[in-house]
Amino acid sequence: MADPPVAIDWKEYTHHDFFDELVASGAPRRAAEKVCGYLSGLEDGELEDLRNAAELAIKAMGITFTVYTEAEGSIDRAWPFDLIPRIIERNEWRRIEAGLKQRVRALNLFIDDIYHDQKIVKDGVFPGELLADSVNFRPECVGIDPPFGVWAHICGSDLVRDADGTVYVLEDNLRVPSGVSYMLENRMVMKRVAPELFEENTILPVDAYPTQLYETLAALSPRPGDFPEVVVLTPGIYNSAYFEHAYLAQQMGAELVEGSDLVVGEDDCVYMRTIYGLSRVDVIYRRIDDLFMDPEVFHPDSALGVPGLMRAWKAGNVALANAPGAGVADDKVVYAYVPDAIKYYLDEDPILPNVPTYRCLYDQEREHVLTNLDQLVVKPANESGGYGMLIGPQAEEAELAKFAELIKQDPRNYIAQPMLKLSTVPTLTDHHAAARHVDLRPFILSSKHVHVTTGGLTRVALRPGSTVVNSSQGGGSKDTWIVDLDD
Amino acid sequence: MLSRVAEHIYWLARYAERAENTARLINVNTHLQLDLPKHLRPGWKPLITITGCEDPFLRRAMEANEKNVVRFLIGDFENPSSIIQSLKWARENGRTVRDFFPRDGWEQINNLYRIASAEIYLGISPRGRYNYLKQVILGVQALSGMLSGTMSHDEGYTFLLLGRYLERADMTTRIVDVLSTHLEEQSGDIEYYEGALWMNLLESLSGYQMYRRVMQQAPDWDPVISFLFRNREFPRSFRYCLGELAGAVAPLRNNERVKERIERLEELIGEFDPDRVSGSDLHQLIDDLQRMLGEIHNEIGIAWFNYPLPEESQRQAS
Repeated sequence: MADPPVAIDWKEYTHHDFFDELVASGAPRRAAEKVCGYLSGLEDGELEDLRNAAELAIKAMGITFTVYTEAEGSIDRAWPFDLIPRIIERNEWRRIEAGLKQRVRALNLFIDDIYHDQKIVKDGVFPGELLADSVNFRPECVGIDPPFGVWAHICGSDLVRDADGTVYVLEDNLRVPSGVSYMLENRMVMKRVAPELFEENTILPVDAYPTQLYETLAALSPRPGDFPEVVVLTPGIYNSAYFEHAYLAQQMGAELVEGSDLVVGEDDCVYMRTIYGLSRVDVIYRRIDDLFMDPEVFHPDSALGVPGLMRAWKAGNVALANAPGAGVADDKVVYAYVPDAIKYYLDEDPILPNVPTYRCLYDQEREHVLTNLDQLVVKPANESGGYGMLIGPQAEEAELAKFAELIKQDPRNYIAQPMLKLSTVPTLTDHHAAARHVDLRPFILSSKHVHVTTGGLTRVALRPGSTVVNSSQGGGSKDTWIVDLDD
Repeated sequence: MLSRVAEHIYWLARYAERAENTARLINVNTHLQLDLPKHLRPGWKPLITITGCEDPFLRRAMEANEKNVVRFLIGDFENPSSIIQSLKWARENGRTVRDFFPRDGWEQINNLYRIASAEIYLGISPRGRYNYLKQVILGVQALSGMLSGTMSHDEGYTFLLLGRYLERADMTTRIVDVLSTHLEEQSGDIEYYEGALWMNLLESLSGYQMYRRVMQQAPDWDPVISFLFRNREFPRSFRYCLGELAGAVAPLRNNERVKERIERLEELIGEFDPDRVSGSDLHQLIDDLQRMLGEIHNEIGIAWFNYPLPEESQRQAS
């Protein structure tokens, strides 16, 4: 009798010249041996059952994200999840974790310096004229002293791995980074669907995050000693990350509030409208952009914000996380200076490297960019989500010429980086596993203490060859395992 | 507790309860069709009147036959009180207060909506209908049980109870209205069938067994109405719902006006004597009860959800 058909054969699996996180030259890496063995032991039908079970679990748990389309308006979509986890060995993770803590410490020192004496500018390490162009620099924040000198309490840094195995920081998200709830939910789904995998491996748990987030926020309370009232401020159910806002509030036992639930009193304190009248709020984890937060100071027609919120924050009567103005350190030009900032503030060498970045502001670096435009990725300083970007190797002649012109006109606004060969992870397709590109977003919490998530959110580009990992554009996600091999 | 959250919980409970009771309502009428000879059957139009959705039905410009009415009441997204729309709104309200709500409760309402909307076609088919409606009823019951067993019985839970029992009290009067209106309009040999009809009504409220234990007489107009309006123990009777409402508001602050309205209703129901009531008087009573429930709803909104006072809303309107 012939053996039943096996779904996945690792010898057949190809990842070309990309670094694969689970498989190296036809054989599973050590930390991935058990998962790969388990998967290749499954028959077609069993694999299909597993996928269906995961899909059903996600629908039943109501794990969704909201997308807005012209035709259908706002719709709540099931979260795309791939069953094969991304696996990182604990020893490697320790180094990454240390690198992230170092980086975020320096970023917070940088922001605090920028809103105070600007020593880094005076010492000639960071060109002050870049601030003038930064859309995220808030003059309203100059001179403010948030608790612990920390501005970016929640940071989501995107990591990518190049073909030679080096892990780079691609960008830091310091405004309202999202995705952490999906990291937590992915683990939940994985445990529901494939519990046997957890018996075989020592996988570090991820669920400390909500407690650490609460502690991070509570430590900011302007009324120490009291039981602080921490709230999560959401733009509402039509926001693409509403699921996450509700999820985090629920996990922390905090109130989820909308702008209209809050009011700033004559005493410059923030209150929420409860069934028995007004009640004081101490800490606001705001998931609304700076510019929509307070119509008195920023966009006057913002219906999402709370009039007077900035007043209350400046008076020290309420803590805002992240602090307004923290975004100044997440523009793409500032990014290029983070390794210098680490050296400047901490007198340490960066543990995690930046992607090599050419700053068009400097003649020599600009010349290099203009000469090698067809091999580089060019990014404007203050656009996110891949808008206004040039991908040299894929661009037409005319587009290259257009960007060369743009760079010459406004060199300060552009940086360029080599095309990275993003690493891959086996991902389920119809009947087998195929290599798909991934990134990794760990989250770093800072106030009294600094915490890093155990792993982070792995996002995967589900289309063959694609490196676009955004869930709104055909991206999916994976459970991320930090595996302890010594245990 | 935030007023907005309190209100969402209240509506979540109301919509869930409405979905369950609409399912029960369709069951009653289905039985009427099956048990009566052709010339005595009420048809399906009364359900449209009784659920108060004549306008959206008229907009549909359809004949009020079984297929159309059942589809309208089960699966029509244009009908604000259809089962599917009620479940949808229960779920939306749940989504809005997801942080407040126990996870299992959310999964229950999420799943109920997901399955109910995927299987509308079963609910519309005469053969699949019973199972479909039963699934809706059990799904809402499971939600109540789960919340009772996993959600802290704090202020949030109080608003859940207020929503549930206000809606249930209202729907019980509507369900009785279906049958009493029909009986009153018919004459002659319908009396022969009356016992069976009242029995079906009780069944559709899951109350037949409880009725037999309490009333010890065959189902008939007076005792059934008395049981469904005045019994203090059966959880779907009007008076039981009032008791739950009174108990729920008792620990809340600013409850005076709501309490007073509930007491007034209790008095009215206490004075009501089903032995001597005619069909038209019953109809009038049901109208009064529904109107007074509406007043309680308004007072709840004013006391705890930041609804404007009546004087203020008049000022705003003028």
